[in-house]
Amino acid sequence: MNKTKRALQGISWRRLRALCYKETLQIFRDPSSNLIAFVLPLIMLFIFGYGINLDSGAIRVGLLIEDKSQEAHRFADSFYGSRYFTVVPAHSRQELEQELTDGKIRGFIVIAQDFSRDLQRPENSAQVQVVTDGSEPELAAFVENYSRGAWQGWLSQRNLALGLAAPGQVDVEPRYWFNSSAESRNYLIPGSITLIMTVVGALLTSLVVAREWERGTMEALLASPVTRTELLLAKLIPYYLLGIFSLLVCVAVAVFVMGVPFRGSIFALLLVSTLFLLTALGLGLLISTAMKNQFNAAQLALNLAFLPSLMFSGFIYEISSMPAPIRAVTYLFPGRYFVTCLQTLFQAGDLWPILLRNCLLLLLSGTILIALTAHFTRKRLD
Amino acid sequence: MPEALVQLDHLSKSFPKSEKAALEELSARIVAGKVTGLVGPDGAGKTTLMRLMAGLMQPSTGSITIKGLDSVRDSVALRELVGYMPQKFGLYEDLTVEENFNLHADLRGVVGRDRDQEFERLLRLTDLTRFTSRMAGKLSGGMKQKLGLACALLGHPQILLLDEPGVGVDPISRRELWKMVRELVSQEIAVIWSTAYLDEAELCDEVLLLSDGKMLFNGEPGELTSRMRGRCFQIREIEGSRRQVLTRVLVCPEVLDAVIQGQSIRVVLRRDSDKPDLTKIDAGAHANWASIEPRFEDAFLDVLGEKPPGKSPLAEQLTNLPRDGATVIEAKNLTKRFGDFVATDNVSFQVIRGEIFGLLGPNGAGKSTTFKMMCGLLQPTSGTALVTGIDLKTSASEARQKLGYMAQKFSLYGNLTVHQNLMFFSGAYGLDGKEQAEEVGNMVRIFHLDPYLKSSADSLPLGFKQRLALACAMMHRPDILFLDEPTSGVDPVTRREFWTHINSVVEKGVTVMVTTHFMDEAEYCDRMALVFRGRIIAAGTPDELKAKARNEAHPEPSMEDAFIELITRDHHEQN
Repeated sequence: MNKTKRALQGISWRRLRALCYKETLQIFRDPSSNLIAFVLPLIMLFIFGYGINLDSGAIRVGLLIEDKSQEAHRFADSFYGSRYFTVVPAHSRQELEQELTDGKIRGFIVIAQDFSRDLQRPENSAQVQVVTDGSEPELAAFVENYSRGAWQGWLSQRNLALGLAAPGQVDVEPRYWFNSSAESRNYLIPGSITLIMTVVGALLTSLVVAREWERGTMEALLASPVTRTELLLAKLIPYYLLGIFSLLVCVAVAVFVMGVPFRGSIFALLLVSTLFLLTALGLGLLISTAMKNQFNAAQLALNLAFLPSLMFSGFIYEISSMPAPIRAVTYLFPGRYFVTCLQTLFQAGDLWPILLRNCLLLLLSGTILIALTAHFTRKRLD
Repeated sequence: MPEALVQLDHLSKSFPKSEKAALEELSARIVAGKVTGLVGPDGAGKTTLMRLMAGLMQPSTGSITIKGLDSVRDSVALRELVGYMPQKFGLYEDLTVEENFNLHADLRGVVGRDRDQEFERLLRLTDLTRFTSRMAGKLSGGMKQKLGLACALLGHPQILLLDEPGVGVDPISRRELWKMVRELVSQEIAVIWSTAYLDEAELCDEVLLLSDGKMLFNGEPGELTSRMRGRCFQIREIEGSRRQVLTRVLVCPEVLDAVIQGQSIRVVLRRDSDKPDLTKIDAGAHANWASIEPRFEDAFLDVLGEKPPGKSPLAEQLTNLPRDGATVIEAKNLTKRFGDFVATDNVSFQVIRGEIFGLLGPNGAGKSTTFKMMCGLLQPTSGTALVTGIDLKTSASEARQKLGYMAQKFSLYGNLTVHQNLMFFSGAYGLDGKEQAEEVGNMVRIFHLDPYLKSSADSLPLGFKQRLALACAMMHRPDILFLDEPTSGVDPVTRREFWTHINSVVEKGVTVMVTTHFMDEAEYCDRMALVFRGRIIAAGTPDELKAKARNEAHPEPSMEDAFIELITRDHHEQN
C-alpha cells in the first residue's frame, strides 16, 4: 500500500497530461489504431450479428405420406406449417433416401400406410418414421425433437377435439426464459462485445507499446524524467476511454440497429466494462513488458487474450458442457465473467447478486495483472 | 586540469546471454566544453556506454559519476542533467515538429515563458522554423536529426549524449550538425558523440576509442594521429593495374596498410620501417612516393596491429573472363516513382566488363532503388535496365543467374546455421550434387568458416557475417556482382579484407556494381556516379570528380568535400 502511495505522489500531472495528449493524437492519426478501435468492432459485431446464426432456421426435410387418410394429412400439415422446416414432398422412400444421401435434405419423415388405423387403437401407437442426417448431430437432434414434439402436440389437440382422454405422456413444452424467442443473436452480441473489448484493450495496447520500443521512442521517454507510474497511466487512460467508446458504439448498434434487447442499466454496463477493460489493458501492458516487437506482441495477445475470450468465455461454447479440466481453465480468463455480466445485462437486467460476484472476480484479475505489469515494468533497458 | 563532468571508474558491463563482456574495465573522464567522441566499429560497445551514462542500464561492476551523482542511485536527479538522443533520434513520426517539441518540453518541465524562449532559440539553432507543423516522419534524415537534437536540448542539460547522430544523414546536414554542436560546446556543455566513422573522430576534441568493449585510446585525436607522422605515403603515377600493384604492396612486410585512392595507392608503414622498393612493387617507371598527412584511421589500424591480407584465395577459384570491353550493365533513363515521390529520376549509366562501378550518395538518395531495378527486384516506372544485354523487365530470372547479389545488412537466414545458409543459397542458384558440395567446401576453406559451420548466422561476428554473405553470392560464379552497402559498420581491417576479395575477383574480369555512403570507399571504384535526391548529379572516375570540385578553399578535396561541392553547385543550377 505504501508503495502505491509513493508511486502516486510522484506523479506530475503535467507530464501525464502531455503523454495522454500524445497518445490521443497517435490514436487518431495511426491508421492501424483506427482500424482496430473503430472499424474492426463494427465488422465483428455485424459478423456475429448477421453472419453467424446458431438458430437452425428453415431446415429442408422430406415428407412421404403413405397413408391417404385425412388424419395423416392433418398431421403432415403440422410440418408444413412450421417455420423451422421447408418441407419437400416425395413419392417414394427411394427418392427420399437419394436426396438425403445427396445432402439435399437434412432428414425425412414417413407417415406409414397404417397410420390412421393404428391411431384408432386406444394407446395411440401409430408409427411415424423419422430418418435424420447424423453427420450434423445438432440438426439431426433438432429434427428428431421437433418431430416428437409435433407428434405429441398434434395428438393431444386431436384427442381434445375428439373429446378423448389426453395421451398418457407428459406434455413437454419448452419455454425459453430471458431470450424468449431463443434467437442466438441476442446472446452472441453481448459475447462479441467481450471479444471487441479484448482486442481494443489487450491487442491494441500491446501493439502500441511494442511500437514505441521498435521506433526507439521508448528509449527517449525512459531517459526523460518520466516515472514508471506515469508511463503506465499514460497508456491506461487513453485506451480505457477508447475501449469505453467502442463499447458504447457497439451497444448502440446492437440495440438500435440490430434490435437486440438491453434490459440492464447504463451504470451497471459501465461498471462491469470498466472492470473488464482493466483486466484487458493489464494483460496488454503485461505482454508489452515481455515482447518488444509488434509481431511477437500480436502473436502473444492473440493467444493469451483473443482466443481464450472466444473459446473459454462461454459466449459460443457452453462452459457447462466442457470437460471438467477445461472448465477449470475457463476460470482463469476474465472473459467468462464479463460474458456472464453482459448476457445478464442484455437479457435479464441488473441482477446484482450475479453482477457483483463477477465484478469482484474481474476486479481481482485486473488488480493482479496490473500489479504484475507494474512489477515487470522497469525504467531501465537491461 | 578542468573538473571532470563525467567520471568512468573501472566500468564493466556484461549481459546474461553473452559470454563476452560488452564493456571491460573502462576508466575515463569527460570534461565540459568539449566534444568527446565515442569511436569504434559496430559492436564495440558504444551504445551500451551511452545507455549506461543515460542511466538506462546498470553497470555490472565499476561506476559512473556525473557531477558527483551516481548513475544508478541518483538516476532521477540525473535525468535533469543529461540530454539523450538515441539512435533513430527517438521522435514520434506521427506527431508534428511542434507536437514532438511540446511533448518533450512538458516531460522536462519547460513551461510558460521559458518554453517560448527555448522554442525560439532551438528553432533558430536548428533552422526548423518553417517546418513546425510538418509531421516528423515527413522530414528528411538531416531535419529529423536536428529535431532530435532540439528535443534532447530542452531544459538546458549539461551533458548531451548523441548516439550515432551521423548515420542516415547527408554530408551537408552532418556538417551543419557539427556547427551546432560547436556552438553548444562553447556554452560549457559536454557533448558526447558516438560514431563508427573514423573520419568523424578527427573532428572531436577528445576521443574514447573502443574496440570489442575495450578502450584502446583516450585523449586528443590529433595526439594519436600524430604518432603516424612520417609513416603515411602515396604512390603516384602508377602504370598498369593499380589493383595488382596494391596486392604487391600489401604483401611487403614493411607495410601496415594500403588502400586505393583514385589512381594512386595510399600506404601506411609499420613503425620504424622504410619504404619498400618501388621496382620490387613493379609500379612502373614513373611511379614515385609522396608524403601525406596521417588520418585517424591509420592510427586505429596501428593500435589494432592487425594487417589486412593482400591476396584473396577467392579469385584463384575463378577462371579469367575475356576483357572485351563489352558493356555488361546498362541503365537507360531509369525512373521509379512511389506515389508522387520520385525515388529514381531519369538515371542512365553504363558499366564495362571488369570494372567497379559505384553509386555514391547519402541514405535515402535513391541508390538502393536504382540498384534493385538493376537486378530485377523492382520494376522501373519507365526506362530500361539491361544486364549482359538482357532486359530485366522481360527475362529477370535469366539475367539473375548471371549475377551475384549481396543485400544490405547481408540478408542471411539468421536462424539457419552457416552450413545451411551455404547449402540454401547454392541450391537456390541451381547447384546440386557433387558440384554443390565442392563449391560449399571451397567457400568454407576460403573464408575460414570451419569453426562456425554449426553456428547460426545470427550469432556470427559482423565480419564473418559479411564473409558468409559474400560466399553465398559467389558460389554460382557470377560474372557480375551487386553489392549493396557491403561494409556498413564493419571495422577497417575487415573492410580492407573484403575489398581485397573484391579487387581480386575484378582482376579476373568480374564486373562489380556497389552502393556506398562511405565517401572513402568510393576510391576503390573505377568509375562512379554521385546520387542525390534520386538524380545522378555527377559521374566519372574518383580523381575526375575530385578535380571537378577543386577550389581555393579545398585545393586537395577529399571525396566528401567533392560531394558537398558538387551538390551545392547542382543546387544552384537547379534554382
